[in-house]
Amino acid sequence: MDFSFDDIQTMLADSVGKFIDNEYDFETRQANAGSDRGYDPAVWRTFAELGWTGIPFSEADGGIGGGPVELMIVMRAFGRGLVVEPYLANVVLAGGVLRRVASAEQKDDWLAPMIAGELQATLAFTEPQARYDIADIATRAELRGGNYVLDGSKAVVPNGANAELIVVPARTSGARNEREGITLFAVPASSEGLGYKAYATVDGQRAAELSLDGVALAPSAILGEPGDGFATLDAVIDDATLAVSAEAVGIMRALQDKTVEYSKNRMQFGVPIGSFQALQHRMVDMLTACEQSHSLLLWASMLAADGAADAKRAISSIKYQVGTAGRRVGEEAVQLHGGMGVSWELDIAHYFKRLTAIGQMFGNADWHLDRLAE
Amino acid sequence: MNVTLSDDELAFRDELRAFFRDRLPEDIRRKQEQGVILDREDHIRFQKLLAEKGWAGVNWPVEYGGTGWTPVQKYLFATEMAEANAPDIVPFGLSMVGPVIYSFGNDEQKRRFLPDILESNVWWCQGYSEPGAGSDLASLKTRAEFDGDAYIVNGTKTWTTLGQHADWIFVLARSRADVARRQEGISFLLVDMSTPGVTVRPIITIEGEHEVNEVHFENVRVPAENLVGEEGAGWTYGKVLLQHERTNIAGVARSRYRLKKLRERAGRAVRGATPLTEDRNFMRKLAAVEVELKALEYTELRTLAAVASGKAPGPESSILKIKGTEVQQAIDTLYLEAAGYYALPYVPEQYVLGFPDGERVGEDTETRFSLQYFNNRKASIYGGSNEIQKNIVAKHVLGL
Ligand SMILES: Cc1cc2nc3c(=O)[nH]c(=O)nc-3n(C[C@H](O)[C@H](O)[C@H](O)COP(=O)(O)OP(=O)(O)OC[C@H]3O[C@@H](n4cnc5c(N)ncnc54)[C@H](O)[C@@H]3O)c2cc1C
Repeated sequence: MDFSFDDIQTMLADSVGKFIDNEYDFETRQANAGSDRGYDPAVWRTFAELGWTGIPFSEADGGIGGGPVELMIVMRAFGRGLVVEPYLANVVLAGGVLRRVASAEQKDDWLAPMIAGELQATLAFTEPQARYDIADIATRAELRGGNYVLDGSKAVVPNGANAELIVVPARTSGARNEREGITLFAVPASSEGLGYKAYATVDGQRAAELSLDGVALAPSAILGEPGDGFATLDAVIDDATLAVSAEAVGIMRALQDKTVEYSKNRMQFGVPIGSFQALQHRMVDMLTACEQSHSLLLWASMLAADGAADAKRAISSIKYQVGTAGRRVGEEAVQLHGGMGVSWELDIAHYFKRLTAIGQMFGNADWHLDRLAE
Repeated sequence: MNVTLSDDELAFRDELRAFFRDRLPEDIRRKQEQGVILDREDHIRFQKLLAEKGWAGVNWPVEYGGTGWTPVQKYLFATEMAEANAPDIVPFGLSMVGPVIYSFGNDEQKRRFLPDILESNVWWCQGYSEPGAGSDLASLKTRAEFDGDAYIVNGTKTWTTLGQHADWIFVLARSRADVARRQEGISFLLVDMSTPGVTVRPIITIEGEHEVNEVHFENVRVPAENLVGEEGAGWTYGKVLLQHERTNIAGVARSRYRLKKLRERAGRAVRGATPLTEDRNFMRKLAAVEVELKALEYTELRTLAAVASGKAPGPESSILKIKGTEVQQAIDTLYLEAAGYYALPYVPEQYVLGFPDGERVGEDTETRFSLQYFNNRKASIYGGSNEIQKNIVAKHVLGL
């Protein structure tokens, strides 16, 4: 048992930390979120140059051979900086599928340029009717004249309209909720029959509704084995759940720090509001919530890094934790800022919105508690 | 004790129901249903309908054009209005400054201001809070210096709700500095917002809407006759107003309607998904909020009965404010959870009348649920934050 980082992890934490401190203040974040693409391509290039887009990939694949702990380090810092660049969609979601099941040729086509920062990618992991069940896939892929023809719709696809590659799970057999019969396809965004409705999300990021209307793909577009995509999808969503949990912990910590700071400076009744015991106790509760979440995050990241059998439970534990404690910390941070907490101008509101969005993703607190109760 | 309505009360309820069914303009009803934010004219149009019927001054005494309703009648009114999904009454004129003017204003002021408030001819806003004076309202710095026939007002008010629509603002300003207690020397002034020196600047709130403002006063001349009551006694009037504000803030009838709608929605296969009624976690949470709300409903009825004689509600109104906003926010949270991933799309542009259904992201108004959740975090902050309400109850009810 060792909580300390190794040399590479320490360097990574330093470099991401410095980037957030020196190059990614709140104004920059807001400008990036409000730009055409919803992120800054120059920042994305920096991520690639620093090797962050290659973290979870093997050296053979052109990555740096990191794992859940390294991802956790980056995502926690991204939470603190409220980073809008589409790291999750590219590296964790699309990258997570590609590194697990793509052929050498597919890796050359898609993974290498993604790691180089030259290609945007995503995974269309949910559908309008699915809620949090990733096996609930109604999109069908039928073999017709040597091609697979895809019909269906995908919901709230992160980075959807920017992505040049969309990994699409579709059903080659089986009924709507079955785990068998799910096949993963590499779909170029330029494919005929692909429709988009792009929009911003409440957390300052971008997503799109996708419609697939007779999208024809050669069998070479299949990632992994036909009909066998669920296990991959499931593993990738676990990665993503852990990644956004790390981001949430970074956000919670930022909200906690900023709230304590604010309470020391905001004067009412001739004293700093932080001197009121009613508020002190609540900030202590916030701190406790942050510490508890931090602890679970480290535990879950270490289990995931070991590929331990109960990593899945650990991931559900941390996601449940950031869903409940995260909501409390977010709401309290807003409340303790008074009117300032609900103004667009201050970062507090935006941290709170991202934390809330994370609570809605990859299974909410109830959903993960159910998984733990099974 | 008796929980059933009398024949008269039932007849009254039917009259209310018929009114809202027949008179609520169709476009306003549709906007309400489709999550479209009402504009200034919509509010005025609706409130004028109430005024024509003599139902605008719900809590006002009959002598000033009020309804003179019993607590049960008021309860039925609020219920039927919410059940019809009619808009909330904008509180600043009818629930706030109106009662101050009829309670503390002189006859001339009553003649001059009350009819326009009752008929929604004039839009009012509330100028209490300042950048440095929120919870500690008595530390307000806006000055009102008397110069013979007018007060010269200088200062900044903030968080002024719908100030961009307002014709008049009621302001608490310091007219005397040499006072023993900070609560003294504050005056209650009525200010025409078209007076030179008044500027309104928007503040955008968390969900991206323009709902509040900063209002600046630079050498604004306010005629002496616009002072309500005694010079320097504004704090007392302001507090009475806040207590009115706090009961209105509970919003029991609206919460009941929203819970009912949520229960209905939970039974539907939204976007083809499994109905939430099959999600026991969700339904238990929904039921728990329903119990809280029922308790609040009867707490409010008890409070209303106690103040039936027309006297202002006391510090108990703080309890209604705390619980009422907690229930509202719990409902907001349930809606948020119900939306699942569709809490994420930020598509305010689709909340206009006539937005084509085929282009809509998400079903019904679900992409508004998260915005409502974010926006309504304000409920535990404004009208005196819930922490301040607890301080009031601890001090004035518990005697601590
Ligand atoms: C959306 C919105 C609309 C509003 N509309 C209006 C309007 O139309 N007109 C108007 O005049 N005002 C309006 N307000 C202002 C509102 O009344 C104030 O925001 C409120 O009084 C809190 O003040 P503050 O924001 O300065 O927070 P602060 O007073 O700075 O409070 C910050 C935190 O400290 C807590 N706190 C402060 N003092 C104590 C204490 N003694 N003990 C324990 N906790 C304490 C508060 O509860 C809060 O959690 C509005 C506010 C909002 C957010």
